[in-house]
Order: sequence, then structure tokens, then C-alpha cells
Amino acid sequence: MENNKVLETIGLTKYFYDPVKFKVLTSIDLSIDHGEFVSIVGKSGCGKSTLLYLLSTMDTDYEGEILIHNELVTGKSDKVLAQIRNENIGFVFQFHYLLIEYNVLKNVMLPGMKLAKFTEQELEYRALEHLKVLGMEDHALKMPNQLSGGEKQRVAIARALINDPLIIMGDEPTGNLDKRNSDMVFDIFRELTIEKKQTLLIVTHDNDFANKTNRIITMEDGRIIS
Amino acid sequence: MNFKLILNIALHLLQARLKQTIVAAIGVTFSIAMFIALVSFMNGLNKLLDGLMLNRTPHVRLYNDIKPSEHQPITLAEAYKKSTNFIRSIKPKDIGKSIYNSKSIIANLKNDPRIIDVAPKITSPVFFNSGTIEISGVINGIDVLSEEKIFKISEYIIEGKVTSLLQNNSIILGKGLANKMLLVVGDIIKVTSPNGHLASLKIVGISQMGISDVDDVMSYTSLGTAQKILGEPTNYITDIQIQLYDKTIALELANEFRHKFNLDAIDYKTVNAQFETGSKIRNIISYAVGIVLLIVAGFGIYNILNMMIYEKMDSIAILKATGFSGNDVKWIFISLSLVIGLVGGIFGLLFGFVFSSIIDVIPFRTTSLPTITTYPIYYDSIFYVIGIVFALFTTTIAGYFPASKASKVDPVEIIRGK
Repeated sequence: MENNKVLETIGLTKYFYDPVKFKVLTSIDLSIDHGEFVSIVGKSGCGKSTLLYLLSTMDTDYEGEILIHNELVTGKSDKVLAQIRNENIGFVFQFHYLLIEYNVLKNVMLPGMKLAKFTEQELEYRALEHLKVLGMEDHALKMPNQLSGGEKQRVAIARALINDPLIIMGDEPTGNLDKRNSDMVFDIFRELTIEKKQTLLIVTHDNDFANKTNRIITMEDGRIIS
Repeated sequence: MNFKLILNIALHLLQARLKQTIVAAIGVTFSIAMFIALVSFMNGLNKLLDGLMLNRTPHVRLYNDIKPSEHQPITLAEAYKKSTNFIRSIKPKDIGKSIYNSKSIIANLKNDPRIIDVAPKITSPVFFNSGTIEISGVINGIDVLSEEKIFKISEYIIEGKVTSLLQNNSIILGKGLANKMLLVVGDIIKVTSPNGHLASLKIVGISQMGISDVDDVMSYTSLGTAQKILGEPTNYITDIQIQLYDKTIALELANEFRHKFNLDAIDYKTVNAQFETGSKIRNIISYAVGIVLLIVAGFGIYNILNMMIYEKMDSIAILKATGFSGNDVKWIFISLSLVIGLVGGIFGLLFGFVFSSIIDVIPFRTTSLPTITTYPIYYDSIFYVIGIVFALFTTTIAGYFPASKASKVDPVEIIRGK
């Protein structure tokens, strides 16, 4: 089954149990091909973030199946899932989640050090390359608390890129940023898709942002409507 | 698992909370130091108290006891060999205190490779005559050189020299005895033996063991003088005292000699059973206090790690999101705790040694213990090994529970909460 699918879901259904049993996602069938720049939009509470966290393999409480690179990840152990995330998925969240104990360079290198595919020198070189692309190479040795919001988000993007992931997932990556910084983050994402054929899946409620992407998935009440 | 990376993350987390980390480590340091000082002191005390008795007790003593004959006539009679015989009103038999054939026994023992030295001895009750009254006491006829070699008897001689006993008709009196009779070194004392012999001896020294019951009755003289007072020939000996290279085999050797020489034999442990009990209880107390201190330190570590986990929820979440498994996160916090335990423990050992050394030089003089000038401390590397093992064990346990909590943190909950 040679195809170009990076991510595929079959009949994905999710319930919330607190305070009462409630169906958040209903039988979602979705597939994302390599190199696509996809955004998921929808009203607050439509389940778009929930869907993203299921796809991220961090939330394992669901019915249905998820395949990453045509490989079933449903039912795998915590350790295997951590390995899959480490190798195949880069994350950019609304909040930057940089470790304040480490400088910018180390923060970017950390997932790479966990994967241990490259030596530390190679990783440092790669991290600096990514920072350079994002215009952050001058800040490499600064601590995260010395950076502005937009700069922190760029460091987070560099961290997501360090292991050459199959897909980058973003949960409102521009949610905390002003217009100028949002545009900059979007430009970075677009360059990544054009130049590196990077697959991106971004949850957002910013319609301007979504309209500029290749494909928009609109959700309502736990279903994909377009 | 990449332990280098995990340790690196743990150390960075510690650095961010340096003050709390130091407080936690000081807790461990304090308890380990106290434990070391306490155990060293307790053991020093044990050795001191044991020494009072054990150093004065030969590892094995051979003597003739007063007891009933083992082989009663009826057991020797052929007709009753297979019966069970009941005999009432048996009386003990005194075969005489003298050890028969003592010279050849001593010669035989001196050739035994397990034995350091053998000291023959005569013990007899005597009366000391002071004016019109008679005071009962005990006279020990000793082989001065062997006795000195085995028991360091000179440590207990507070006046005069033990070698003066080599002169004829000399005696060293216990301090209590000398005080009672108002005698000093150089005086002459009259001694009456149980069989009525009277002798005049010159006092050449005063001894003090620190146990007043002993000092009130004890006196020493040479073997020859004792034999003369008692009117016995030169092969008369009542005790053979044996010092071993390895005192743990004392009981077996006592049994062996009992059969070999057909004498009564007793080992030092049987004689001083109550001292063993005392040492054991003091040891239990010191270990119990040490463990309690460490448990308290463990709670401190537990608290600090728990707090750290709440502070570091975000970091835990992103570590998990970027590919660290629950197990990795658990190990980060366990190694964090281990680092506290190791650093605190090593400083604890160091301070423990310093405290012991300080106690060791504090003056401690007591009239009953003339050889002791400072508080007793016993240095033993095993205490330090136990200390560091304790430290690592408690900190691992204290770190384990917060660590498994951290490993169960759900990153989705943290990240979605923002």
C-alpha cells in the first residue's frame, strides 16, 4: 500500500466522562498527505483541539484507529508512543513551553538529544541552522526569559523541527501573538511547506490564518463538515 | 534509556531550585553525620565497657571445678549398663584445685599455633591481717611476664611497677583493700592462707581496675610467692589462662581442651554473657536513632520534590510531548533525589568523621577508669558504608513516590489548561 499518507484516522470517536458522558468526536475519518499545509477551524468546543491531541498520541483514550505513516499507533504502549512523538511529530503550542533552566540552543537540542540519532556536535550544528533560518541565531545562548513572545515561539518552532518530523502539529500557535508576529509565524510555516515539503497540521480560530493555508478542515459538534 | 541526558536534566532542575536543594541535602548531611558520630561513640563506649571485663577475662580458662563425679559407680557396673538409674542426694566432689600435670599441659598449649600465649595462675582466698582484724580477700599468683603480655596488667597499676612482683615476697594490693587497711607502697602486710600458713609481704604497688567489688578484694603476687604462702610445691597451679589469635573459636577450643586434658574449660563469652546483651542493646539504640533521623530527612526530600513537581508541571508536559516517556520522567526525579542523597550523604560522612574526632579529644577523666583520658570513639569503615547506603536508600524511597506521580502527569491536561 504505497501511498503518500502521513496521517490517517478511521472512525475516530471520543467521549468525555466528566461531569456526564458526552460524545466530543463522532466517527472522524481524515487523512493528510505528505507536504500538505492543513488548518482545522471551528467554533470553541467543537472538538478541534481534542482531535489534535488524539492525533498527537498524547491522549490515548478513544475509539477507532490512528495510523501515522501507514502504521497503526492505536494501543501502543506509553514508551513506544513517546518514541513515535519524539521521532515523527513536532509540536508548537499556544504557550511556548521552553524549559527555563536551559538556554535557547539547549532547548532546541533537547528532543534531538533524546532521539540520540546525531552526536551532540551535529545536533548543535543542526539546531543553529534551524535558528538561523528562523532569524534567531544571535539569541542562541540567551535564556528563554530574555526573549519576547514572538522570539520564544520561533524557538519553539525550531525545537519542533530538530528531529525532521513527518508532521508538525500546532495548537493555536499564533493565539498569544500580535498581528505582526502571527504573520511572521505563518510565513515561517509556509516557507517550510514550500522549501522542505514539511507537513503541517494547525488548529486555529484565526480565520485570516486559516484562509491562507492549502486545505481547511471545518468542524462542528464533533464532526468534520468540510 | 539515555541516563546522561536524564541526569543532565535533573541537575538543571536542581540548579534552578538551588536553595531548597541545599536545605534538603543539609537534612541528609545532618542525619548521616549524627548517625556516624552516635554509632562511633556508642561503639567506643561498648568497647570500653567490654574491655573492662573482657580484657581481664582469658579467652579460655582451664581449671578444676567442684562438681559431682560424672561417672557414678552404678553406671560402671555391667549389670545396670542398659538400665536407667536414678541416684538421689549426690554430693559434689572436690578433686582439689590443683591442675594435675600442669607443666606438660602448658608446654603442650604453648606449641599450639592458635594460641598467642598461656598464663598459669593460682587463685586462693586469703585473710589480710590488719592489727586485730582480719579482712578476707583474694590473692592471685601470676606469671608476671605472661600476665602482662596477655592482660596488660600494668595499665591498672596506679602506683609502683608490675615488674616489682618479680622480687620475692612482694604484693600488689587492690586500691579498695589498701584504703581500708590504710596501707601505702612500702608497707608490710601479713597474709594468712586458708590452711593456716602466715606470711609477711611487702607492698610494691596499688592496682585499680575501676570495679570496686574487684578492687576491694584483689591482690597480686608472683606464682612462687603464692605457692610459698599456700605451702604448695612449685608445680601447683589452679588456673591456666589461654589467649587466642582468633577469639571467635574460643567456645570450640574450650570444648576441645575439656576433653583433651580432662579439665573444666570455660570461654570468655560464657563468662560475660550479660556484657554481650548490653552491647547489643546499645547498638540497637544507636541504629534506631540513626534511622529515625534519616526518615525525617526523607520526609524533607519528599516535600521538596513534591513542590518541585508542581512547579515544573509545564516542563514535565513538554518533555512528555517531545518524546520523553513516563519512565524517563520518573528517572529524572529519582536521579534528582539520588543526587541530593549522594551529596548530602558524602558531606554527612565527612562531618560524621569530624564530629567523632571532636568527641574523641574531649577530656573525660574518672577515678574509676585510670586509663581513660578522653571520651571513647571507635572508628570503623563499616559505619561509613552503612551510613551512605542508608542515605541512598532513604532518598531513593523519598524520591520514588513524587517521581511516579510526575511520570503519571497527563501532558494534554497541562497544555490544554493554558
